[in-house]
Amino acid sequence: MKYKDYYATLGVEKKASAENIKKAYRKLARKYHPDVSKEKDAKEKFQEVSEAYETLKDPEKRAAYDQLGSYQTGQDFRPPPDWEQQFSRGDYQFEDIDLADLFAGLGQGGGGRAFRGGRARRDMPFPGEDYEVTAPITLEQAYNGTTLELNLQVPEYDNEGRLRRVPHTFQARIPKGVTNGERLRLPGKGGKGMNGGRNGDLYLNITIAPHRLFRVSGRNLYLDLPLAPWEAVLGTTVEIPTLGATIRLKIRPGTQAGQQLRIAKRGLPKPGEEGDLFAIVQIVVPPTVTEKERERYTELAKVSNFNPRAHFGQETRSETGAH
Amino acid sequence: MKLELTEAVWLDNRGALTLVELAECSGLTEAELRDLVDLGALEPLDPDAAEWNFESRCLVAARAARRLRHDFELDTHGLALVLSLLDRVEALESELQRLQARLPRMLGR
Repeated sequence: MKYKDYYATLGVEKKASAENIKKAYRKLARKYHPDVSKEKDAKEKFQEVSEAYETLKDPEKRAAYDQLGSYQTGQDFRPPPDWEQQFSRGDYQFEDIDLADLFAGLGQGGGGRAFRGGRARRDMPFPGEDYEVTAPITLEQAYNGTTLELNLQVPEYDNEGRLRRVPHTFQARIPKGVTNGERLRLPGKGGKGMNGGRNGDLYLNITIAPHRLFRVSGRNLYLDLPLAPWEAVLGTTVEIPTLGATIRLKIRPGTQAGQQLRIAKRGLPKPGEEGDLFAIVQIVVPPTVTEKERERYTELAKVSNFNPRAHFGQETRSETGAH
Repeated sequence: MKLELTEAVWLDNRGALTLVELAECSGLTEAELRDLVDLGALEPLDPDAAEWNFESRCLVAARAARRLRHDFELDTHGLALVLSLLDRVEALESELQRLQARLPRMLGR
């Protein structure tokens, strides 16, 4: 079994009072709780903090933990010979299990985890644990729907009543049209319920990877549509990529930069709530021009009386002229 | 080996859950859920109905409530406040995301 230094996780001394342990936990929980935190790896960090607190807040578990001795985090160790008789009512295979599962199995006071019962409560029905995982998908997968292969390590009791982590692999069908931040539920795919308790559920939190062309907002998609100055002035027809087939879009003469051209129902296709595609016009200029082009532009500058800054007013114009 | 295929269920405005189902899936008690409804943190489809039904998206909020109550040792009032603030954060974030999506990417170059 691998040792974890719960005191170091909470940043407290071994002799810390229960009050100080609680304070340290609350501070870290505010920082890392996945429901309120924007920190990177918040979920993993909070899991460590929460695991440490679940053991150290309970005097019985804390005493048992202290008896294990002191090691480096990650160091392999075995509990002292009399430890099992003294503290554990379970029958454990120490090599296979995680320290968290071991302490979750101790005492009656544990919270949050499904496997707090251990052998003492083996006859009581107990629901399996729920799991929540992030499911990163591509925009194309969101558009078409997809099948994801999921791997979970689920703690389970074997036939001899020993606790061990069992890998679960299965496929989940993701319906088409899901978008960022949406949750999906896989009923019964969490931890196994015990003694007739219901199985836990698995929750998927959808995140869509950034796309080369499209930006996602809810079920709407945004696409930059660059036009050459003369295309915007004269009007044209352009080909627009979508997640389905390419479509042709008519650009009216006099189209302005920043205009949003709405292409209905070409966003993410949730039935009954189809998103739209918005093409945002940008006027772009050639980075270099040939001598011939330059002549034409100069000519255009001479014949055109268009003043794009007319609204700046008289004062601005005269000041610019003074320089 | 052929893997088992499970249909993922959308948690959205469809699929009504009863109060009992919501309690079972979220880990909150029915009394706690009633309190959250009274405080406006959860909304049944028809608050006047004899048996409450909830949109399946309520499960996301109810599960967050269960986690927050346990992890921060909150009472129901504190919980309702946190949930309403989280709602606002989410609304602001999606507005921000909408505005960012509208910003032309090429201007940043």
